[in-house]
Amino acid sequence: MQSQFPLYPPAASNFAPRVDDLMTYLTYVCVFFAFLITAAIVYFFFKYHRKRPDEVGAPIHGDMRLEATWIIIPSILALSMFGWGAAVYVDYRHTPPDTLDIYVVGKQWMWKAQQPNGLKEINELHVPVGRNIRLILASEDVVHDFFVPAFRVKMDVVPGRYNTMWFRPTKPGRYHFFCSQYCGTNHALMGGWVTVMDPTDYAAWLSGTSGGAANPVDVGAKLFEDKACATCHIADGSGRAPSLNGLYGAQVLLADGTTVTADDAYIRESILQPNAKIVAGYQPLMPTFQGQLTEEQIIALTSYIKSLQSQPVPAKGAGIAPSARKK
Amino acid sequence: MHRTGELFGHFQTLEQQRESATFGMWVFLATEVLFFGGMFLTYTINRHAYFTAFGVGSNDLDITLGTTNTLVLILSSFTMAMAVWCAQTGKKKLVPLFLVLTLVLGCAFLGIKFVEYKQKFHHHLVPGRSFDISYHVNHPAPGDDPKEIAFEKEELAKALASDPDTNSHAQLYFSLYFAMTGLHALHMVVGAGLVMWLIGASLKGRFTPHYHTPVENIGLYWHFVDIVWIYLFPLFYLIDRHR
Amino acid sequence: MSQTQTLPTRSYEMPREHYLNSSYGIRSWLLTTDHKRIALLYLVSVTFFFFVGGVFATMIRIHLLTPEGALVSPETYNKLFTMHGVAMIFFFLIPSIPAVLGNFLIPQMIGAKDVAFPRLNLLSWYIYIIGGCFALYSFSTGGLDTGWTFYTPLSSIYSNSAVTPAVLGIFINGFSSILTGLNFIVTIHTMRAPGMTWFRLPLFIWSHYATSLIMVLGTPVVAITLLLAGLERMLHLGFFNPAMGGDPILFQHLFWFYSHPAVYIMVLPAMGVVSEIIPTFARKPIFGYSFVAASSIAIAVIGFLVWAHHLFMTGMSAYSALAFSFLSYLVAIPSAVKVFNWTATLYKGSISWDAPMLYALGFIGLFTIGGLTGLFLACLGLDMHIHDTYFVIAHFHYIMVGGAVMGYIGGLHYWWPKISGKVYPEALSRFAAITLFLGFNLTFFPQFILGYLGMPRRYHSYPPEFQVLNVLSTAGASILALGYLLPMAYLTWSMRYGKVAGPNPWPATGLEWKTTSPPPTENFPVTPVVDWEPYDFPNRPDLGLTPGTLAPVPGDD
Repeated sequence: MQSQFPLYPPAASNFAPRVDDLMTYLTYVCVFFAFLITAAIVYFFFKYHRKRPDEVGAPIHGDMRLEATWIIIPSILALSMFGWGAAVYVDYRHTPPDTLDIYVVGKQWMWKAQQPNGLKEINELHVPVGRNIRLILASEDVVHDFFVPAFRVKMDVVPGRYNTMWFRPTKPGRYHFFCSQYCGTNHALMGGWVTVMDPTDYAAWLSGTSGGAANPVDVGAKLFEDKACATCHIADGSGRAPSLNGLYGAQVLLADGTTVTADDAYIRESILQPNAKIVAGYQPLMPTFQGQLTEEQIIALTSYIKSLQSQPVPAKGAGIAPSARKK
Repeated sequence: MHRTGELFGHFQTLEQQRESATFGMWVFLATEVLFFGGMFLTYTINRHAYFTAFGVGSNDLDITLGTTNTLVLILSSFTMAMAVWCAQTGKKKLVPLFLVLTLVLGCAFLGIKFVEYKQKFHHHLVPGRSFDISYHVNHPAPGDDPKEIAFEKEELAKALASDPDTNSHAQLYFSLYFAMTGLHALHMVVGAGLVMWLIGASLKGRFTPHYHTPVENIGLYWHFVDIVWIYLFPLFYLIDRHR
Repeated sequence: MSQTQTLPTRSYEMPREHYLNSSYGIRSWLLTTDHKRIALLYLVSVTFFFFVGGVFATMIRIHLLTPEGALVSPETYNKLFTMHGVAMIFFFLIPSIPAVLGNFLIPQMIGAKDVAFPRLNLLSWYIYIIGGCFALYSFSTGGLDTGWTFYTPLSSIYSNSAVTPAVLGIFINGFSSILTGLNFIVTIHTMRAPGMTWFRLPLFIWSHYATSLIMVLGTPVVAITLLLAGLERMLHLGFFNPAMGGDPILFQHLFWFYSHPAVYIMVLPAMGVVSEIIPTFARKPIFGYSFVAASSIAIAVIGFLVWAHHLFMTGMSAYSALAFSFLSYLVAIPSAVKVFNWTATLYKGSISWDAPMLYALGFIGLFTIGGLTGLFLACLGLDMHIHDTYFVIAHFHYIMVGGAVMGYIGGLHYWWPKISGKVYPEALSRFAAITLFLGFNLTFFPQFILGYLGMPRRYHSYPPEFQVLNVLSTAGASILALGYLLPMAYLTWSMRYGKVAGPNPWPATGLEWKTTSPPPTENFPVTPVVDWEPYDFPNRPDLGLTPGTLAPVPGDD
């Protein structure tokens, strides 16, 4: 049961206990030192209070052993704090495989989330308990920051690039999320609720409420036609551009001989700066779509391309590195 | 603040006064290095990100004028150094002469810079709404060499093929070009003002082998401003030019 | 209160001629090149900005009494905290101790008649005033709502407030800071009196030397960065605008390259003040002089290498985050060394309970908490949670208000007899010191808890569960405000009605106490020659104290 004046927010992700442990460790060490110094000062303050107006203190100028002690011991403790903190952070920055990917777009002053099946939410986020969730974050305007105190994680949402963050919810419930990077007038209102649900509830919720919103795969497919992508990216590999079947997640062989994984960032870059990475065997013909697509439309296109993951890959004209070709 | 001769009242000796002034100038130059440093960093990061577009930008600078300006400035550093040497060795008559030469060369630099800026303006290369990297190749002036224009056009087409956003990235290049050379030119204007003051003082014969700190320190400043240009010139004019 | 702690005071007369009465009239002040008069010009102007920033702070705290915001619209609230930050950081904290106490004392402490470049010194004040006018213009014509950090593209494109004049004001003000730093560095190098070797310098000088290094090397970077952001806004350039190929994170790097060391511009001089006060009121040499001196330089140098710990959550490379976290822990060590040495100085001292000592000890307490909570923020795993929350707000207020402002006010008390020639009212000043300490803790300690509970910073409204702690904080702020108004009032009062202080009332060992209070325009009638070590109370018969009279205390080891 929560006390009325809690010192810790609810703990609902895999990171929460680790961050709380770290917090406890640092608090103990720091309270110890703060207490030590305060106690010494208060003790000296009264004990050596001046007794006569012309009194002088003892002629002590210093002590090398003491100096060494209070350089070395704090250094060791600082190093332990650094190491422990780094371990947690490195895990946080290293996303595990097999995540459930949700797109989150920040704009002044709201959050739009898009579930894997295309369901869209505004200032709400539903996630299943026990799954590794990866949020792919994009901004339409200024720098925002997606922050869930109950999960003890946050990440800046920077315009012009994707950032990702991950966590594994551990406790069903409803928790606040906030924008924690100042972003203008209604910064404080740019928040909402994360709902952590049992996987079965989550599945039911996904299928039960998906009726109204347009499926992003369909939106993406329509964009794919409207923007004339389909005239070159022909599915059977006979077009002027590589087929996108089976592309998502595969290794792509580039003209300069290197390979790159076709993830969200790669697809985003290929849409906005088509000639940054040229697929081996193709000409740099594609025009840029910089400024012509919103982040949401890019996400829809990516969703569509993702939906082609299971389509048959043509023998020729796929652009996928031979070694990484899927069976 | 009273003063006896050249010695200000709060100093004990002329030597202390000279040492303070020179040391102060060096500290000031350290500040200046960091001042330009922020811009050089911005330049480096963007150059790295948009190498091709920056190359296209370089193509649009006038290498002849740039080289001339570099020579003019190096020569002015030489005349400045001569002025300092003459002040140190007591060649009182020559000090104003070399200072005037320095001033003339400094003004020549600014004049040439003005011509370059004007040219950029005509070629729609001033960042803003009318910025258009392909304006010049599409609207060549009557005096332009058609071969040169055709070559630039080809370069531009190549750049557009690899970086469709060349226009906006080249605009970044010209933003940096104007910001950095503009700041440098501002330093030249300040330098020219200081040299004018020196000329006045030297005509009155104020500088002797015993007292010539102002000549020395303004000389330091002048050389520093030159050195900044020595870096600006290759960064903007030479790297990746007409590959 | 008992008066047994200070020497029985003779009744002194004010010296017949001193820097305050050497000439009269407004011109004699506005055209002065006397470092002491310039210090007073700064004192008046930074107090004005402190007042302006304080009014904004008060409004912020009142607004946050209720979850939905009690006082102003969201837009106005955003302007309040931005203008509070700009006024306090750029126009109060950065110039406060260096430009007021540093200017007043550095030449006197090293036995010089003035700083090396008196006219530049005056120029720096005028530049400060011009920059300040730009800032006030921005505040009064539409305000400023970008946050004092001016993050792009919010500041360069999206904000509708008066960003351009504010940015210009800070740009201009930067040169004032640079000139002050330059002046101090050269003065400390070339103007020392005979016998004043580097290791005889008061620690106040060492910390100002370190501060000046940061001013000279850091300020130009932020100046050019803000200039670029301003140009971007005015001329629609794209240096930091992702839509035009620029990089918003680059702005943050450049901004923090100065603005993190700037924190040390604020706190290092306060550390210098404390390093003076503690030996004087413990009547004892400072413990580990060379360690305290070297740690100032170490803080300045390492302080330049930690800026990116403000960017851990921008998606920067995890490897560079590791490096910057490590370096941030490294910079904590010299700060810790200082705290330990100050504490050790008290041991076997002869400690008086005068107001400056209370301020200095308050500084140690608050700075210790501020410094230790810095360890939490430098910790990568914790920063995931507490970055950009109220934890950060509490942490840096402990450093800047608990640290720098306590040091500043403590220093004003300590040198007030030298500045004004008069003694401040003792009982009232002790009361103010204690009020400040308590009010400060009540204001800012709850914010640590708020931050860990997840309340983000810069929120004009907040979920209702955070209300109790916010109300506590506001209650503390009202006590804090009283603590600031009191010294303003009684220090001003004492200038006219205070008891005459005499040249060395505490007594203290520094050179500044070897001249009259207030000092003559040229500080010393004859240039002094230094043949004593710093803070060497036992070997200073000229102070009229009895060495070796520490009463033996039973059970003492």
